[in-house]
Amino acid sequence: MIVSAGYYMALAAALFVIGALGMLLRRNVLVMFMCIELMLNAVNLTLISAGRALNDLNGQVAVFFILVVAAAEVVVGLAIIVAIFRRRSTASIDELSELRG
Amino acid sequence: MVEGILFVLMAVTALAGAVTVVVARNPVYSAMGLLGTLFSVAVLYVAQLAHFVAAVQVIVYAGAVMTLFLFVIMFIGVDTSDDRDERLPMQRFWVGILAGVIVLLAAGITLSGNFDWVPAAVETIPEATNGTIQAIAEPLFTDWVLAFEATALLLTISAAGAIALAHFKGQRT
Repeated sequence: MIVSAGYYMALAAALFVIGALGMLLRRNVLVMFMCIELMLNAVNLTLISAGRALNDLNGQVAVFFILVVAAAEVVVGLAIIVAIFRRRSTASIDELSELRG
Repeated sequence: MVEGILFVLMAVTALAGAVTVVVARNPVYSAMGLLGTLFSVAVLYVAQLAHFVAAVQVIVYAGAVMTLFLFVIMFIGVDTSDDRDERLPMQRFWVGILAGVIVLLAAGITLSGNFDWVPAAVETIPEATNGTIQAIAEPLFTDWVLAFEATALLLTISAAGAIALAHFKGQRT
């Protein structure tokens, strides 16, 4: 069995869909955040396998930058969640609806 | 052959972890599922010769980010009360329809394309994408040095922002 880039792409697509469905289904803001990480990882896998199929190292450089941005995003996002929790004492997004028009 | 077995094993683990993230009632279980997925994806990176990125994945994601996630889960307290009440009407029904459509679409594209919808290079040279630290550093510090400096700035700003948010004293509590 020769594993072509398409197999990795299919796995990444499946991971991305699961993450997107988790975003839609869950209401716990922490679990939604984890689903974002899941989708980021799926995209990283796509970039790595595409770079390998195209003989291009820049795919791995892009993944490196995505990892850095994701780390910064997690830091700020979790700080926001903690700040919200201090005010509202809830982790459910259904309770956070003041901005509803 | 070895890569095939490795791919099947790690794909199963990654998908199982991903499903655990979405399905688990307890956020700690979700974090553990995400951890499994991250490790499996790191192994798949190694199988594709992205050694440095795999190491960074394990250290940054599985190490730092997951520790932060678990810390915040423990800090907030394990809240399993979500998903009990349905506020959006027919949410699960529509998400199920959407998932079905996406899966069928992806399966159709995959089967009709016969797994060849990545325009691969004419000749694959494994050495060209051997992602050692030296190989990654060379484009990182020549072509992408401006982006590299920008990420340094981004990390500094996000660290300062996290500290500012943590110091936030609510006026109306």
